[in-house]
Amino acid sequence: MNGQGPPARWRGAVLFCAFAAALLAGSCRSPPPGDTVVKFWAMGREGEVVVQLLPEFERAHPGIHVEVQQLPWTAAHEKLLTAFAGDATPDICQLGNTWIPEFVALGAITPLDRYVADSRVVDAADYFGGIWETNVVGGALYGVPWYVDTRLLFYRRDLLAQAGYASPPASWQEWTRMMAAIKQRAGADRYAILLPLNEFEPLLALALQQDEPLLRDDGRRGNFESAGFRRALQFYVDAFRNGYAPALSGADVSNVWNEFGRGYFAFYISGPWNIAEFKQRLPSSVQGEWATAPLPGPNGPGASIAGGSSLVVFKASNKKAAAWQLIEYLAQPDVQQRFHELTGDLPPRRGPWRQAPLADDVYARAFRDQLERAKPAPRVAEWERIANEMRLVAERAVSGKISVDQAAKELDARADDILEKRRWMLARGGLR
Amino acid sequence: MRFDRAAWWFVAPALLVIAVFFFFPILAALLISLTDFDIYALADLSNLRFVGLGNYLKLLETPQFWQALGNTLYFVVAGVPLSIGASLGAALLLHSRLARFKPFFRTALFAPVVTTLVAVAVIWRYMFNTRYGLLNYALGGIGIDPIDWLGDPHWAMPAIILFAVWKNFGYNMIIFLAGLQSIPEELYEAARIDGASIWRQLRSITLPMLSPVVWLVGILTIAGYFQLFAEPYVMTQGGPLQSTVSVLYFMYEEGFKWWNLGSASAVAFVLFLLIFAVTALQLRGRKWTAA
Amino acid sequence: MDRRIARGVQAPLVNGLLLAAAAFTLFPLLWMVSVSLMSPGEASSYPPPLVPQRATLGNYRELFGRAGIGRYLVNSVFLAVTVTAVSLVFNVAAGYAFAKLRFAGRDRIFKLLLGALVIPAQVAMVPLFLLLKQLGLVNSYGGIIVPAMAGIFGIFLVRQYALSIPDELLEAARIDGASEFRIFGSIVVPALKPIIVTLAVFTLLGTWNDFMWPLIVLTDKDLYTLPVALASLSREHVQDNELMMAGSVLTTLPVLLMFLALQRYYMQGLLAGSVKG
Repeated sequence: MNGQGPPARWRGAVLFCAFAAALLAGSCRSPPPGDTVVKFWAMGREGEVVVQLLPEFERAHPGIHVEVQQLPWTAAHEKLLTAFAGDATPDICQLGNTWIPEFVALGAITPLDRYVADSRVVDAADYFGGIWETNVVGGALYGVPWYVDTRLLFYRRDLLAQAGYASPPASWQEWTRMMAAIKQRAGADRYAILLPLNEFEPLLALALQQDEPLLRDDGRRGNFESAGFRRALQFYVDAFRNGYAPALSGADVSNVWNEFGRGYFAFYISGPWNIAEFKQRLPSSVQGEWATAPLPGPNGPGASIAGGSSLVVFKASNKKAAAWQLIEYLAQPDVQQRFHELTGDLPPRRGPWRQAPLADDVYARAFRDQLERAKPAPRVAEWERIANEMRLVAERAVSGKISVDQAAKELDARADDILEKRRWMLARGGLR
Repeated sequence: MRFDRAAWWFVAPALLVIAVFFFFPILAALLISLTDFDIYALADLSNLRFVGLGNYLKLLETPQFWQALGNTLYFVVAGVPLSIGASLGAALLLHSRLARFKPFFRTALFAPVVTTLVAVAVIWRYMFNTRYGLLNYALGGIGIDPIDWLGDPHWAMPAIILFAVWKNFGYNMIIFLAGLQSIPEELYEAARIDGASIWRQLRSITLPMLSPVVWLVGILTIAGYFQLFAEPYVMTQGGPLQSTVSVLYFMYEEGFKWWNLGSASAVAFVLFLLIFAVTALQLRGRKWTAA
Repeated sequence: MDRRIARGVQAPLVNGLLLAAAAFTLFPLLWMVSVSLMSPGEASSYPPPLVPQRATLGNYRELFGRAGIGRYLVNSVFLAVTVTAVSLVFNVAAGYAFAKLRFAGRDRIFKLLLGALVIPAQVAMVPLFLLLKQLGLVNSYGGIIVPAMAGIFGIFLVRQYALSIPDELLEAARIDGASEFRIFGSIVVPALKPIIVTLAVFTLLGTWNDFMWPLIVLTDKDLYTLPVALASLSREHVQDNELMMAGSVLTTLPVLLMFLALQRYYMQGLLAGSVKG
């Protein structure tokens, strides 16, 4: 830079052009000519594995190319919302089914009723009712279940037998009796059940077993002061007060599998992924001694949470037909079965459950039973935050700082507060 | 006074960028913090409402916010003195006439500063591993039981502080070193003739002469440590039990996870006011002690 | 004689402490390189191995092959270079003008800028995101480059240095009839060369290492920078320590090398930015 050549402002202009060109290069990339490229976002392990199922789809649908992007679960929610804000959503996406109401409120995903009505593969009647329902918001269907997730009892058969019981509990009454007997044998430093205080799912499952819904007036207000929720919370709190459960968070139990193997607790409420983990991580001495059972209810077998992931199509997609073809393919019973073999995820429809290996799996059997009684959590965009408040308030009730009735009242107040915007939206007709 | 007409050609582009992409967003943040900007508003701006100081008042009632504030203060109160102490110690050693291979040591001690935080966090996360981590191995060598560094709510923040000190102390070390080099050598000569010990020289010459630099470094470091984010994001994701959620991490989750952009902006302003207040207090304290 | 004995103890003490400190700072970095050369799973044993049994480049092959890290490397280099080049033009011009040219409101504007230095950038983050969304720059490199085109710190750094340019030099050129732009190109820029290099190093390192903003702005995986890609890799591959270490090596090595080469300029900028402020 010695004054020769173009003056500085021209150099600036040249830089600017280079920079503008770089911007363009950064923002548009050309798809392979002729092909319809379907962008598919999937999370965690599912995102890794689904790639293996796609070649067959692409063979059967020449002209469609599927591009999978894998999102880590821990960042998926943020990523999806930034993508929406930045108009960069994919065509099809795996969505945790509790997230669906939020994306409906955003107007980000498209109703699928029309496609399902014309489909010969996606048969609503074959799906477990509670799971299907999680995808219905305001009367319209927004997702097709991909796999399911529910919570039930993992228990130690040997510890139960030592306490004098040959089979797992079916009702709260039996359950309480068994926990008391186990605790009596176990002594001061062992427990009957582990209910980690940093998870809201066990309490939510107990609450869903009640007849009263958790929110009332079409999701306008909390319904935690109902007799049902208070009964569930009382049962939950009593488990700690009576010494059946240790007042610990999951983080305090450094390794759940070790502790379960050592008999630190006999019951554990958890989900299907732990079948594989227990098989792999429990010491061989207790491998034959654990089993799964449906969640006991207030009077006989009870309901549990309808969790899992669904496949949704984004409103902004201009390849909806191709995206739907991919959903149909992934919903086929034989593809579902292969998906189960690859991931251990449980299928949301009854078909694949009738054949081996699922039909013969002793650990999965309880899940099959439970799925018939799976109930969706309230379908409002604010639910995850309310569930989080439920956990925090329940933790205070467990520690004895507030009574069950006070906790219920506090929860209603917090829920009403969180739902204020929703009430306002409904009042002005701004919500679908 | 004569004005240079060409001047605007030089400053206008930069000022325009700073005005549009810095000052304007800050004013906008102030406005947004007075609204309930959320996912409904993101879907349709007509769903936006003015809530006055509602977001701020609500924050004061949010236990998670207070916890985040507490965690951040913990990080600042424990981390800043440790970090400055390490910087000062290293600078004194490097400045010592007895030290050898000075350029090598200076570069070695400074190296962590230029490394990419996300990348070195990966290393440290593994060093903190309960079972296979080198840290527990070393502690085991002196008879200390393994610590669940990143899984135990009591240890996660100390682990992050240790990591932050390792990463940052070199920066202030260089500043201290420059400060040490500007202390006139004659002062030490005189002290030595008087028979003052090393400690005595440190206490009555080095530290008083260095105190303006220490003060400045303290202000800058405190302001920096208040902005803790990437360390917990990469190492612990705020856990265990929210024990490493900092104010900025809270803001990130509130804004970019739950999309309560109104409330996230309020968090950002509270943080700003906090840093501003602490800085002002320090400046005032300086004046007061100097007077 | 007392002193000589003290000295005999002190010299090993000082150097020993320095050695210990250097071990503390360098050990994790050296160990990172060592683990990155181990075969998968090798590091997960007790006691933790310090050196690989048989060094392998398998992790790097895996990173460039399956994980496609080459792309992120290119992205990071491109972004760092572009941001540096563009912001240098803006900041150097403005810093010079604040030091040497007279214009209405100069000192008041400069004071305002200085005051704004204490505002954490995070305050502006949310509205900046919404603004970039309006401009269509979310999920493109524009979202990173455009807001970084000028910075208060850079202007400040250049201005402090430019104050030392003698006014007579500029006046002489003006009397010779040179335009302001010509003066800037032929006198100012050469005179500012040291601080330009310093600022370039700072900007390069800062852009390369930046994490939070690219994390928010870039959604498309193909656009990720190395740190963002590494963070998302590390969340998916918690178990693959050796692979992650190789990724860390690739991310830190370029900045470390650059720092070693341009150390002098970096330290200068560091001191100019903090002590004079």
